[in-house]
Amino acid sequence: MNLTLKIWRQKNANDKGKMVDYKISDVSPDMSFLEMLDVLNEQLINEGDEPVAFDHDCREGICGMCSLYINGEAHGPDRGVTTCQLHMRMFKDGDTIFIEPFRAKAFPVIKDLVVDRGAFDRIQHAGGFISVNTSGNTIDANAIPVEKADADKAFEAATCIGCGACVASCKNSSAMLFVGAKVSQFALLPQGKVEATDRVLNMVKQMDEEGFGNCTNTGACEVECPKGISLENIARMNREYLTASLKG
Amino acid sequence: MALDSKTPKGPIADKWTNYKNKIDLVNPANKRNIDVIVVGTGLAGGSAAATLAELGYNVKAFCFQDSPRRAHSIAAQGGINAAKNYQGDGDSTYRLFYDTVKGGDYRSREANVYRLAEVSANIIDQCVAQGVPFAREYGGLLDNRSFGGVLVSRTFYAAGQTGQQLLLGAYSAMNRQIGRGKIKMYNRHEMLDVVKVDGKARGIITRNLITGEIERHSAHAVVLGTGGYGNVFFLSTNAMGSNVTAGWKAHKRGAYFANPCYTQIHPTCIPVSGDHQSKLTLMSESLRNDGRIWVPKNIKDVEAIRNKTLKPTQIAEGDRDYYLERRYPAFGNLVPRDVASRAAKERCDAGYGVNATGEAVYLDFASAITRYGKEQATIKGLDLNDAALIKKLGQEVVKNKYGNLFQMYEKIVDENPYETPMMIYPAVHYTMGGVWVDYNLMTTVPGLYCIGEANFSDHGANRLGASALMQGLADGYFVLPYTIGDYLSDDIRTGPISTDSKEFEEAEKEVREKIEFFINNEGSHSVDYFHKKLGKIMWNKVGMSRNVKGLTEAIQEIKALRDQFWKEVKVPGSSDELNEELAKAGRVADFLELGELFAKDALNREESCGGHFREDSVELDGEQKGEALRNDKDFAYVAAWEYKGEPSEAVLHKEELEFNDIELKQRSYK
Repeated sequence: MNLTLKIWRQKNANDKGKMVDYKISDVSPDMSFLEMLDVLNEQLINEGDEPVAFDHDCREGICGMCSLYINGEAHGPDRGVTTCQLHMRMFKDGDTIFIEPFRAKAFPVIKDLVVDRGAFDRIQHAGGFISVNTSGNTIDANAIPVEKADADKAFEAATCIGCGACVASCKNSSAMLFVGAKVSQFALLPQGKVEATDRVLNMVKQMDEEGFGNCTNTGACEVECPKGISLENIARMNREYLTASLKG
Repeated sequence: MALDSKTPKGPIADKWTNYKNKIDLVNPANKRNIDVIVVGTGLAGGSAAATLAELGYNVKAFCFQDSPRRAHSIAAQGGINAAKNYQGDGDSTYRLFYDTVKGGDYRSREANVYRLAEVSANIIDQCVAQGVPFAREYGGLLDNRSFGGVLVSRTFYAAGQTGQQLLLGAYSAMNRQIGRGKIKMYNRHEMLDVVKVDGKARGIITRNLITGEIERHSAHAVVLGTGGYGNVFFLSTNAMGSNVTAGWKAHKRGAYFANPCYTQIHPTCIPVSGDHQSKLTLMSESLRNDGRIWVPKNIKDVEAIRNKTLKPTQIAEGDRDYYLERRYPAFGNLVPRDVASRAAKERCDAGYGVNATGEAVYLDFASAITRYGKEQATIKGLDLNDAALIKKLGQEVVKNKYGNLFQMYEKIVDENPYETPMMIYPAVHYTMGGVWVDYNLMTTVPGLYCIGEANFSDHGANRLGASALMQGLADGYFVLPYTIGDYLSDDIRTGPISTDSKEFEEAEKEVREKIEFFINNEGSHSVDYFHKKLGKIMWNKVGMSRNVKGLTEAIQEIKALRDQFWKEVKVPGSSDELNEELAKAGRVADFLELGELFAKDALNREESCGGHFREDSVELDGEQKGEALRNDKDFAYVAAWEYKGEPSEAVLHKEELEFNDIELKQRSYK
């Protein structure tokens, strides 16, 4: 396949940035999207240009590091995948592909397609944990039975990879799906109930301070989430928040 | 220096308890005055950082990713072993210990492995308390499954994402300490050297990967939890950024590097599709619980499949060669990884590979789907003769167990594994070798510790499935926090370590010079050009099957490639910005040295053991004909290499392995 790529280039956080056109030929449909960018970068290096910076690491859809906005969609046109799992067979010969970084006020661009998602970490510092001593003096694991349905739902919420596609897809740049997933995981488990009140209040407070927008229930986040995290988690967080606020 | 493993005396079952009772402790008030650096935030580094902070030390943690949650432990799929014996199937601490030593082909240190087995049960308690959502049965208790090389079900799991869930558990424990100010986290920082002051590790030099700034960080002790070096092969199941740099810099500063040639080639990975390939994807070993591995019996069927005139589902049962079940009836499809990988290679080398490149075998779920379907139909009182219904019900069960893996496969290969067997082939996955450590997990540099995959300690020459997660968390949560206290108890009066010393200055200068070299070198080839070439040499000559001729050639070729690299490598951009090519150049420079030592170690070890298979050391007769042949008389030792400049000059130190509690035997899975 031969393709035209329109890629966001931005030298650093202070640079204004612009779209730049590149041609790439002989792209195999079996390549992953990032392998296609590897080929482009090899080409750029050999021509004496600077390669395009993009985040990536595991390349199997689990680390959450890759983050491209492709043709107006977080992680591109396929469903249930991260950018590294997107394959070129989703595109046709002659296509023009637009590649941009995830855009949100809370995710400032560092360079080209690389953004700073530190806000997500800071929300987790505020309450994304259960306060147990990690040196191992705890009760036997099977002393805490958990109803299978709850355990399964907690697991589904916990599969969030923290990539930020939900924020990038939301017209308000809301992080409610991300925060809702962590709040839900612990709210569904008996171990998490002890600190439930503080957790949801603190995490939501930090989320607001980071500059994420509000949720207006469009559901775009759920559609683009590579792990299929459900909107139910936002509803559960809202209930938790209301309960906690009434208590507080 | 004589290699002293510092293994405590006494019966094996009491060693760890007695040791803990006798070591020096640091009182809580003094812990506040002691700093510890932890490099890497995977299961080992993340859990160590959290626990050290919990104990009261001031921790500085470093990772090259944009968040500690992205460390490559996240990609571990199948599960974590623990001797809980929840299934009542005869498991015990001793049995986990025995299986691990046997699985490692009798090349690990008994006392370390016993301790690992001993603390394993605690890991599960700990993780459940943290809210890790392991798979459960309908009664609400934890579920288990079975992995290769064992006869019990002791593996705890969370679908095909166990590593993710455990890492997020460790990450949440870190987050709590970051929030309390006890861990200072440095994301997007790469460690580029260890700094020794008066012979002790007292700090590191890092590069801020965003600004390019070179920084000095001091501490009373340094812990490396920096993972494995499988990417020396270029193609592996490791993340793109996984590298040996931290361990290699430690080696250059005096830490011995042990058993570099012990590499795990994992049998079930998605085959290579072309030259553009940047990494390989693992399909979890847990799939071998239900998948059956086969190739066609007849070469004409192989040809028809390659020509696409025949589908695998059209080949009759009698025309299939389930070669693992045939060769190893006792363990069947659940033989250990090294055995399964070699068996796949044997069939493919004989011409029975089922894809265009001839390097793939089938992993087939059809019988499991039927078996589960019938089970469900029985439970629900439905028609057992309705084939379509059975298939549908069976597929649902398989989807619940392995859904994410099947989806991953389909996205990459563009075939539906519920309908047609998966194609798989071995790929580099894990490195059992690593920085040498004693029983305390301390390297040969005082105050420098190494934990998790980065050290060499617990898996001998071959790691059993679901044991890496166990070791990472055991080291970080339960072992290191004790052993490091014994060392730090001497440091309570030391006070803060200054970064203004000449040692820091010199280390920083060396780091800067190397960076400037890369930026200013007007070379003609990209970093990847060299990395791919190195990978080809490693795979072809130091891979699944090794011989004297190939290893000798590999040593020469890697050295030549390294010389060429230093002349011709081209790094674009500048040093004061985000520059991935620059980071890669430093990592590949270290791989080019490690690769040679790796081949040298493989050449030195004139026996086959675990993942290290020497063609000149095989059983010639009897039931075991063609199987790997160990040489316990001459090689029951850990090969720990001391840095002396060029890898060719590295000096071998031997730690003789003693087996008091397990009898050395031929490892049979027949």
